[in-house]
Amino acid sequence: MEHTPMAHRPAAVAAGVHDNPFMKPMEWVSLALLAAVILVVLPILLDAFRLNLVGKYLTYAFVALGLVICWGFGGILSLGQGCFFGLGGYCMAMYLKLEASSVENTKIQSTPGIPDFMDWNQITELPWIWKPFQSLPLTLFLVVALPAFFAFVIGTAMFRRRVGGTYFAIITQAIAAILTILIVGQQGYTGGINGITDLRTLNGWDIRTDSAHNILYFVNGGLLIGCILFAQYVKKSKLGRILVAMRDKEDRVRFSGYQVASFKTFAFCMAAVFAAIGGAMFTLQVGFMSPSFVGIVPSIEMVIYAAVGGRLSLFGAVWGTLLVNWAKTSFSESFPELWLFGLGALFIAVVLAFPNGLAGIYRTYVEPRLTRKVKALAPAEARALPHGTPAE
Amino acid sequence: MADETNTGLQSALRRRLLMGLAGAPALALLPRQAFAAGPPTAMVNTSGLAVTDTEVTVGILHSATGTMAISETGSIQAEKLAIEEINAAGGVLGRKIKIIQEDGASDWPTFAEKAKKLLVNDHCAAVMGCWTSASRKAALPVFEQYNGLLYYPTFYEGLEQSKNVIYTGQEATQQILASLNWVAKEKGAKTFFFIGSDYIWPRTSNKIARKHIENVLKTKVVGEEYFPLGHTQFNSVINKLKLTKPDVIFTDVVGGSNVAFYKQLKAAGIDLSKQTLLTISVTEDEIDGIGGENIAGAYSCMKYFQSLKNPNNEKFVAAFKKMWGEKTVIGDVTQAAYLGPYLWKMTCEKANSFDVDKLAVASADIEFKEAPEGYVKIHPNHHLWSKTRVARALPSGQFEVVYESPDLIEPNPFPKGYQ
Repeated sequence: MEHTPMAHRPAAVAAGVHDNPFMKPMEWVSLALLAAVILVVLPILLDAFRLNLVGKYLTYAFVALGLVICWGFGGILSLGQGCFFGLGGYCMAMYLKLEASSVENTKIQSTPGIPDFMDWNQITELPWIWKPFQSLPLTLFLVVALPAFFAFVIGTAMFRRRVGGTYFAIITQAIAAILTILIVGQQGYTGGINGITDLRTLNGWDIRTDSAHNILYFVNGGLLIGCILFAQYVKKSKLGRILVAMRDKEDRVRFSGYQVASFKTFAFCMAAVFAAIGGAMFTLQVGFMSPSFVGIVPSIEMVIYAAVGGRLSLFGAVWGTLLVNWAKTSFSESFPELWLFGLGALFIAVVLAFPNGLAGIYRTYVEPRLTRKVKALAPAEARALPHGTPAE
Repeated sequence: MADETNTGLQSALRRRLLMGLAGAPALALLPRQAFAAGPPTAMVNTSGLAVTDTEVTVGILHSATGTMAISETGSIQAEKLAIEEINAAGGVLGRKIKIIQEDGASDWPTFAEKAKKLLVNDHCAAVMGCWTSASRKAALPVFEQYNGLLYYPTFYEGLEQSKNVIYTGQEATQQILASLNWVAKEKGAKTFFFIGSDYIWPRTSNKIARKHIENVLKTKVVGEEYFPLGHTQFNSVINKLKLTKPDVIFTDVVGGSNVAFYKQLKAAGIDLSKQTLLTISVTEDEIDGIGGENIAGAYSCMKYFQSLKNPNNEKFVAAFKKMWGEKTVIGDVTQAAYLGPYLWKMTCEKANSFDVDKLAVASADIEFKEAPEGYVKIHPNHHLWSKTRVARALPSGQFEVVYESPDLIEPNPFPKGYQ
């Protein structure tokens, strides 16, 4: 993830991949535009409350980004990304909750020092699954490792048996449902349907203040851009090409001697880790986690973000997430009783008119014109590239 | 345990008498103040709330969409009715109430987001809202952090008390204990079977009920089963009911599950005119969905029923139907939601301010004599003193009150011996 584009570019050139640069000029423009909007324009234009909201939306963008890799490039549609978002979020929430449940904060309880919902459920000591979350480094490790391991197990089990397509989508959905029922049912250990609420500090740092929200927003934005670059790196690597080949003609890839299941598992794990990072950032910025992010509905909603943005475009996924969530918030604020219809209309319009989402609109209408402009502005650079803009 | 209940009742009586004396002069002041021009804004609003010389902004935050909309719509309607009435009578401290309504969309995180919007963006002086415990738990840290004021209408599990919340519904002990005593005495009940939806409110309520049944009534709980929210298959538990034959089925199943549960109970041949069933989760609103004929004969314990006979309630029911249509029914929570704006208004007038810090203190001992449920008073712990009633469901979808606690019951959100 720390792979900086600058370090990579000369390496690619040295390897003689002249027609396959890390990012095409237009992609650099897209990245710069996205980074400028997230890190400069929005923080200047929006007040603290709205900026925190955008921060929340951007945590979903991690999931959408993972879906672009796994669904857009790998052809594996997962309708259970909420699982991983939730796992990441719950790991973080468990750490924060333990910190908020110090003996002095909870002296009103029958057993002080354990989270309040455990006390309501007559649990008298901290369950062992909570013990690792007393340590921040271990929590940060588990935020990433637990979902990755979980995705690895599911992926291995499914892809080795050549379960794919619709069947895989349905199974992921079932897993999302099972996890929700588990969390809701085991409320003494998980907080049940209420979720884990009233989180206060991260290692002593109050995460509820406006300044903390601001800092978290920028950390979140930075992580997101890091994830985009990593995803771009995977997309451009040989691995990315195999993923696309697998999506289009799985048997040929298998007959060429590739272990298809491993590649699919990798893409699935990567999407899971992205989702988990989003989940952990969500918990930090919103201050709680609940099973309503784990189930089927949120999982499908996350697929919609990727679809609206364009499932083949990393940047599109982020814009799509922002657009859908912004629409959701502003419709519901203006028309509290009718907003769902407005949102539904937006989805139908996108699917009917622009099947490739926002990125499709951009590629068809905006990019050709922009490219011409860029070429006109920098004729020398354009001539230096033998193929101009290579077709993808 | 019996001792504790006794002191509770005695002190209830004592406080009520004291309050009667203390309340008289305060009430004499009220009408005059309501019609006079309000005090200057700089005086009544020192904390940056959305208060102008002519207007004060109040938020309404319920689910207008999603699975909870069916329950929460009544609360929205009641709050709007109360606010309209208050505005017609001159507003609060000479200011007209302006409503900003937000949709919680039956989604707990959305409640937190919208609560924050109402407080940080709109600077609402008070918010009437939340319904499920989960939505309140999600929004509570927001209200505490930004020092907002929430009027929460639903009967709930207790175990909570906040400077920033006024609980206008009953907490669990208020709702449950009197009705258990009633069913033990009137029906001679010895065995109980609990059936609930699986979340914090039913679990906590049943825990309280179990302690009361085992330790105070010295009788027995023969079964306790929970089902996920939205569950619709109750055949297995109905078979267990047939096997164990409890004297009382005690239910706190919520939402859409209710419809399936009572229909299946009827289909399985359990006749509620012979089998005693006591529920703490069915109001007139739920019967609208269940169908009166499917639940007729069941007993529900609440603090309010639409059929209550008193002048306040007759006035309230008439006004509610006039505003929202003849067909609407009014359940316990709807009435509790109606109390919110009035209690807030009276607290503002007592404190002569809209500032949340002042209202949090001034709320204690505010009494509302025009409450449809009869008479309520805010306890210093921000819950309401109220009566508990047991009523029998009629095929028409209404209830017939069969028992009313003689005194107001003291709210006790952290009941000793029940945790």
